[in-house]
Amino acid sequence: MVRILVPSGALGLGYDRAALAAGVAAGPDLIAIDGGSTDSGPAYLGRGVSKYSRATTKAEWGELMAAQATARVPLVIGTAGTCGADAAVDWLCEITAEIAAEQGRKIRVARLYSGQNPAVIAEELAAGRVTPLPGAPEVSAATVATCTNVVALAGVEQIAAALDTGADVVIAGRTTDTAIIAALPILKGCHPGAAWHGAKVGECGALATTMPNSGVIQIDFDETGCTIRPLSEGARATPYTVSAHMLYENSDPFILHEPGGHLDVRGARYRAMDDRTVRIEGSAWVPGPYAVKLEGARVAGWQVVSLALLRDRRYVAHARDWADGVIARTRAQVEARLGLGPADCAIEIRLIGIDATLGPLEPRPGGAAEVGALAIVTAPTEAQAAEIGKMLNPWLLHHALTEDEPMPTFAFPFSPAEMPRGPAYEFCLHHVLPLDDPMAAFRIEVTEVGDA
Amino acid sequence: MPEIGEIAQKVRSKNAGPFWLTVDIFCGGAEAYTRITAGLDDAAVARAFGADPAMLKRFDLPDLAVVKYSLPRPTVQGTAADRDMHGAGWAVLVEEMRID
Repeated sequence: MVRILVPSGALGLGYDRAALAAGVAAGPDLIAIDGGSTDSGPAYLGRGVSKYSRATTKAEWGELMAAQATARVPLVIGTAGTCGADAAVDWLCEITAEIAAEQGRKIRVARLYSGQNPAVIAEELAAGRVTPLPGAPEVSAATVATCTNVVALAGVEQIAAALDTGADVVIAGRTTDTAIIAALPILKGCHPGAAWHGAKVGECGALATTMPNSGVIQIDFDETGCTIRPLSEGARATPYTVSAHMLYENSDPFILHEPGGHLDVRGARYRAMDDRTVRIEGSAWVPGPYAVKLEGARVAGWQVVSLALLRDRRYVAHARDWADGVIARTRAQVEARLGLGPADCAIEIRLIGIDATLGPLEPRPGGAAEVGALAIVTAPTEAQAAEIGKMLNPWLLHHALTEDEPMPTFAFPFSPAEMPRGPAYEFCLHHVLPLDDPMAAFRIEVTEVGDA
Repeated sequence: MPEIGEIAQKVRSKNAGPFWLTVDIFCGGAEAYTRITAGLDDAAVARAFGADPAMLKRFDLPDLAVVKYSLPRPTVQGTAADRDMHGAGWAVLVEEMRID
């Protein structure tokens, strides 16, 4: 039997401290926590930085390192620093070293790097070795080469190699959400279908239970299945909460693709062991060609945003016409003074209170007392975006619906009105890279940090 | 004709990676599940999302009383045209859809 303790769905989200202590006391074989996802958008991968505060990350990671010292088992984080880029791995390693020194410990850290050279991936794309998944964007090799970061998603093979180094702490770059949980059970010969399925249930911590925010969940793996148990007082896993979790952030509720095959849960049976514990058996692992998924982000332009508020009843009623007028007048100036046309830069106004969330798909636009006009400029350079933002300003402030009316003035919450957003990033890869050797696209570095 | 959200327990949408969106209709019971699965019009769902009907995947899960739709995201997550980074706002297009 292999017991994995998962403190939370992601480092930085918090967890129930008492439940974590109970989990450590229950003698886990490994503590695993996810450090990220693509869910907050491309900027984190583009920049190679974490979404969560350094202080929060350090506080929680320090508690997990203390738990690791008590349990004397490996602590593994996947997709470190939200995006799993090499810089984010090093960022968490630096925090780990600070904590180790503060805790007066010397620990062995294995860093698993998932970063890829964009130029090499571009060549592989051009050679037809990197191939698109369904829904992938049309992307050229030249575009891929401009990525600021490309990562490959590691699976259980690379996590197992990192564990093989005898590390106390494994800081992994981009991995699949499940790999950090499934690796040890698979290494120890547990049922592979159960290993992947239990890992999928546990990857969001206690999300698959009646108390999603409590975080801590324990999964026991063996030769025939796995057993899921949340550890917070009052938290319950039921066949419903556990089986429904296969729906979450997954386009197919029965199939989960991983490097080297896929999980098929169509035969899974869920059984309540008691009022809080669920047993899963019958899931199948279907081996396939070994390929890793790639993610890449690039700078798609520079953005400046501005926000004006319309409260006048007539302007609220005609907000779209007004916004079209603002854009047309600004466009004319941008064309005349900067020589940039609609193909070169984007100038958009989203009307908050009308259809800012759904845009043209909104079936019930409008109805609000006020409208926020969120102007978004995307231009090839930072300087051009700043210039266009300033050209927008007089129109956002004073544009009148008709020529023969007193000049209106709208509300700006800020001065300056323009807010530079810096580079705007885009995801540009939804592709796979086949590998003969799972480690061919990854590397491991082992260091000792802290004080003895 | 009631809205789906008035019959179902919950409708949620979420990214399934940057390029796909998934919508889960938790019917909450066998009766609501029967009514919703019978009344749902896949073509209307595709239209509501501006999606190619051929790319719309539907899964009926009677054991969970859930209907799941997956489709390419109406806009790729985080692009200049995207309005909803986590994709949760699109659920209302199904929630507010009227069925028999």
